[in-house]
Amino acid sequence: MSAFVQITDVTRVFGPKLSLGEKIAAKLGGNVETRSVRAVSDVTLSVRKGETLGLVGESGCGKSTLGRAIAGISPPTSGTVTIDGTPVMADGTKATIRVQTVFQDPFASLDPRMKVGHTVAEGPIAHGLTTRADARRYVADWFDRVGLDPAWLERYPHQFSGGQRQRIAIARALAMQPDVLICDEPVASLDVSIQAQIINLFLELTRDLALTSVFISHDLSVIQHVSDRVAVMYLGRIVELGPVGEVFGNPAHPYTEALFGSVPKLVLDADELVRFETIEGEVPSPLSPPTGCHFHPRCPYATTVCQTERALMEPIDDHRSVACHHYQVCLGKAEHD
Amino acid sequence: MSDPVLSVKGLSTHFFTRVGVVKAVNGVSFDLARGEIMGLVGESGSGKTVTGFSLLGLVDAPGRIVEGSVKLNGVELTTLGEAELRKRRGHEISMIFQDPIATLNPMLTIGQQMKLAIDAHERVSPRAAQSRATELLTQVGIPSAAARLRAYPHEFSGGMRQRVAIAIALLHRPSVIVADEPTTALDVSIQAQILAQMRALARETGTAMVWISHDLAVVSSLASKLAVMYAGRIVEEGSTATLLRDPRHPYTAGLIASLPAMARPGAPLKQIAGSTPSLLSLPEGCPFAPRCTQASGQCTTDPDMTRNDDRQWRCYHPFGHTTPEPE
Repeated sequence: MSAFVQITDVTRVFGPKLSLGEKIAAKLGGNVETRSVRAVSDVTLSVRKGETLGLVGESGCGKSTLGRAIAGISPPTSGTVTIDGTPVMADGTKATIRVQTVFQDPFASLDPRMKVGHTVAEGPIAHGLTTRADARRYVADWFDRVGLDPAWLERYPHQFSGGQRQRIAIARALAMQPDVLICDEPVASLDVSIQAQIINLFLELTRDLALTSVFISHDLSVIQHVSDRVAVMYLGRIVELGPVGEVFGNPAHPYTEALFGSVPKLVLDADELVRFETIEGEVPSPLSPPTGCHFHPRCPYATTVCQTERALMEPIDDHRSVACHHYQVCLGKAEHD
Repeated sequence: MSDPVLSVKGLSTHFFTRVGVVKAVNGVSFDLARGEIMGLVGESGSGKTVTGFSLLGLVDAPGRIVEGSVKLNGVELTTLGEAELRKRRGHEISMIFQDPIATLNPMLTIGQQMKLAIDAHERVSPRAAQSRATELLTQVGIPSAAARLRAYPHEFSGGMRQRVAIAIALLHRPSVIVADEPTTALDVSIQAQILAQMRALARETGTAMVWISHDLAVVSSLASKLAVMYAGRIVEEGSTATLLRDPRHPYTAGLIASLPAMARPGAPLKQIAGSTPSLLSLPEGCPFAPRCTQASGQCTTDPDMTRNDDRQWRCYHPFGHTTPEPE
């Protein structure tokens, strides 16, 4: 299947902006922070038409930065993102409305002083998807679609609950009639029962509107539920990619294996308490990531080659790829169990 | 069973605001044995945090405990004065919060803060204080603990800061620790490390814990007993395994069923309709009735706790249990 969204060699570096004085001080050995963070490092990835790609990883792994690069919100330092062959960015600004984003915090992403109907109508009017005269009916349709009462158009964000606000944010994104939807932790700040409502809405809308989507989350059970394929990130790099059932069922990368082992699971048929398989140590600072494979200091399978050589993403079979020198060890383990 | 270290009976904490009385906690009762970990589960606004604060007498105006009893090692806390309470807080009962950066003083080193916490209840030499602090930091998994005593909170990662907060809570070997979502802000790999350590600590030290969380999976991996809160009251309580496998209350059942892990990938999740009621204007009778699939006319009157074996629930129409219909 061909790529609909193509991400090629995307790197995003965040560095300190130094004044002339600071640059001179740094040259003279002054105590100036000159290091930069490679939040996303040489990521190549494609999303197929109509699929949901899950992007999973711990805080600071670069998943949101990658999501923003795909959405055209924050330009990559190098590399390109195209949708159906058309670049998302042109001259450093977003050049398409075909990709839209839903953010984590529905409290921060809506203007508190604007009626929600206006918030949702702004974009479609500016881009000629509706007219000022017809905007009300247009937005009311989208409200209906996401399960909100169209009578609430005249209300302000504070009059809504967290779940309802996330529905408004989804309506705002979809009212732009995008082909691609980026969801950055859309359910992380919601209660469990509300989370289920929003996940169901997402599943229903992506299916009915044939949307291609990237779903970013730290929650493996959510990723497992909504995604077709999943990409696992660690310190700015994709370490494993493949169909979600296969990746979680039989991880090829030691990090995927460890991450999955760390998640508390609801065990209903055991009277014994669950044993935790914990990963040693913490995620290293992205300011000075380890050499070679970023995961090697915490990896139970690491050898000397892992300390010096970065493992590149290589295909395991037709569907899966992994960046690990010793992935056979990891893969083989689950098969033997 | 021996006497419980913590016994809570009919605890009610209300907030008297300009717009009305918010019944945040409404008749909560439970017992906690030595070394036992109880998970207190609920969604936002269910009253689980206010319950935690009430146990330590930390409810500020316009809120106050209006009814009920909290007994710690047999001593009634709700009638104690502030001075007596202070003697017990951090000593016999301590609390860990979600955000460790808000708990720690940014201007003091970890060693200074731990010394202050020790001095609040005991007279010990600086040397003894230091060695106790070092020992506890080691116990919660902080490497090169002695050197880290000289570090400031900002020099620690989020996970390490939470370990420091836990070490401070453990300084006086309290009978009870109330932990309010202490791993919610942490990454899963760090969360797993801390959960495993807390479980071991409860076993080794005999400290009992009330573990407050919205995450059923987290508490189920830690607690031997669960209490599920809804709209200010405990609606179901029992051992973790039975409660999860065989929930009685429709809300507990709904919460478990709504988890993504409970459904086939891609299939619609079971959702609980509607949202939690405002604590300012609770519906008559069972507060869950408007969202409940099992509700009947009977539910407009308040159900009492039904006790059966080691578990209890507050519902007229529990799953998997037939009660003789009252006339």
